[in-house]
Amino acid sequence: MDGLGDLEIRDLALSAGGKPILRGVSARFQPGRVHALVGPNGAGKSTLASAIMGLAGYERWEGDIVLDGASLRGVPVDERARRGITLAWQEPARYEGLLVRDFILAGARVKLPGTVREALERVGLDPAQYARRAVDKTLSGGERKRIELASILAMEPRVVLLDEPDSGIDVEALNRIFEAIRTLKELGATVVLITHSLTVLRQAEHAFLLCDGRIVDQGSVDAIAAYFERSCIPCDVRDAREVAGAAT
Amino acid sequence: MSDSATVQALWQSIPSGEPGPEAAKVVIHGNRVLGTHLVPGLEVEAEEQADGIMAVVRVRDGVHLASPVHMCFGMLPERGAQRIALRVTMEPGSAASLMAHCTFPNAVDVTHTMDAEIVVSDGASYSYFERHVHGPDGGVLVLPKARVRVGCDARFKTEFELVKGRVGRIDIDYETTVGARSVLEMVARISGRGDDVIRIDEKGRLEGEYARGVLTSHIAVRDRARAEVHNTIVATAAYARGHVDCKEIVKDEATASAVPVVEVLHPKAHVTHEASIGSVDTKQLETLMSRGLSEDEAAELIIQGLLS
Repeated sequence: MDGLGDLEIRDLALSAGGKPILRGVSARFQPGRVHALVGPNGAGKSTLASAIMGLAGYERWEGDIVLDGASLRGVPVDERARRGITLAWQEPARYEGLLVRDFILAGARVKLPGTVREALERVGLDPAQYARRAVDKTLSGGERKRIELASILAMEPRVVLLDEPDSGIDVEALNRIFEAIRTLKELGATVVLITHSLTVLRQAEHAFLLCDGRIVDQGSVDAIAAYFERSCIPCDVRDAREVAGAAT
Repeated sequence: MSDSATVQALWQSIPSGEPGPEAAKVVIHGNRVLGTHLVPGLEVEAEEQADGIMAVVRVRDGVHLASPVHMCFGMLPERGAQRIALRVTMEPGSAASLMAHCTFPNAVDVTHTMDAEIVVSDGASYSYFERHVHGPDGGVLVLPKARVRVGCDARFKTEFELVKGRVGRIDIDYETTVGARSVLEMVARISGRGDDVIRIDEKGRLEGEYARGVLTSHIAVRDRARAEVHNTIVATAAYARGHVDCKEIVKDEATASAVPVVEVLHPKAHVTHEASIGSVDTKQLETLMSRGLSEDEAAELIIQGLLS
C-alpha cells in the first residue's frame, strides 16, 4: 500500500438519532505505533472507529479525518480500505457458505494459497483444519475473531482499527492476537486498539482516554492505566487534570 | 449433428465435463438415448417416447455403487420439449448416488419436465444431485416433480442447483414420505436474474418414529426476478425431528417470499423453522468492503457463499 498510515482526527463531531456521539475529537495516530483508545461503555470509541472506516449511520458530521495529509471526507468504505485503512469488528460477521480461505483471499494483497496458510498460522489456527470451513455459526466467536485478524494480516494494511480484540477470546488465543498486533506494528502499520480492558491497553505504546464523546486525556499507557487502576474515569478535561493531579 | 457430436456437445456444456470411462452414465438428448454405460448391480431401462423418455432405474438388493451414476438430460436446440419420466427403485440395503446434469445451453423456448417416482427401500441410501446449466437468456421452463417414499432405516438426499446462467421459470414440486429411523434431506440452491421466476414447493412427511428431515432453500434473486418458497414438514410419529431453513437474498427490484409450514401431529415430535429474506446483510457487506472489495464484489461473494 502507498502512504505511511499517518492518521489525524481534526475536531470531529458527529451525531446519530439526534444525539451527539462525538463532540470535537482531535487525535493523531502515528505509523508503526500501537495506540489505545480507552474509555467507559458509550464513550464513543466504536463510533470513532466507524467514522474512521467511513461506515454509514451518522447524521451530522463536522471536522475531518486525514490520512497521510489527504482528507477522507466523502471517501467511501472500500476506497478507504484500498488506501490502507481497515477495521476488525467487536463481533465479527458470519457468512453462510463462504469459506475461510475465500474470506481471507478476498482482501489479501497477495492472492496465493500460501497467503491463507501464513495468515492462519499467524493467529494460531491450523490451515488444514480451518481453510475449507465456512465462516459461519459452526465457528466460535473467538475463532471468527482470529479468522478476521488473519484476513487483516493478509491485507497488509497501513491503519488497523481493532474493536475490543479480547472479547470472547480465551487466554491462549489472546496471546496469539497480541502477537499479531506486534506483527502489524513491525510491518509499520498504525494500530488502534479500542478497549476498556487494562490487559489490552498494556499492549499499546500511547493511549487516548475518551469519555462522553471527548478525549479527556492522552499520554503514556501508565498514565491512562492509572485512571482504571483507581476506578476513576473523568468525563471532562478539567476532571482529568484534577484526577491526575491528585494521583501525583 | 451426429449422435457422437451431440453427446460431446452436451458434456462440454457442463462445467465438470464428461465423467471418466469407468463411470456409469446415461446420456439423453431430447427423446433419444444416445449413450449408456452401466455397472454391475445397476439396471437402467430407457424407452423413447414422443416428447421424452421413460427411464427405469433399479439398484439391486445390497448393491453399493462406489461412484456416482451420471445422467445427462439435455437439449441443444433453441426450442423444444423434453419430458422425463423417471422411476427409481433402491432395493433393500442398496446405496447409490445419482448426478443428473440438465443442460440447455442454447434455450430460447424449451420446456423440461421431470416426473419422478422414487422408492428407497428399507436400509437403502439414495442421493440425487440435480445440477442445471442454462444459457445467459433463460428461455427454459423447468418443471421437476418427485414423489418419494423412504422406508425404514434408510436415507434420501436430494440437492437441486441452478446457479449458473438464467433460470427462466422453475417450479419445483417434491414430496417425500419418510419411515422409521430414516433421514430426509432436501436442498435447493437457485440464483435468479432478469425476469426469472422461481417457485419451490417441497414437503416432507415424517411418518415413522425417530424419522428426521431437513428442508433447505437458499435463493438469491436480482434484477426483477421473483422467488416463492413453500416448505412444509409434517411430523406424525413419536420422536420425529424436522427443520425447515429458508434464506433468500434480494437485490435490485427482485421480490421473494417464504412460507415455512411446520405441522406436528404427535406430542413427542418436534419441528422447527427459520426463514430470512432481505438484502445482503450490512455488516457482512461492510466487513468485506473494509478489506477493499466494492459493494457489488462484496455482495456477489456473499451470494456465492450462500449458494455454495
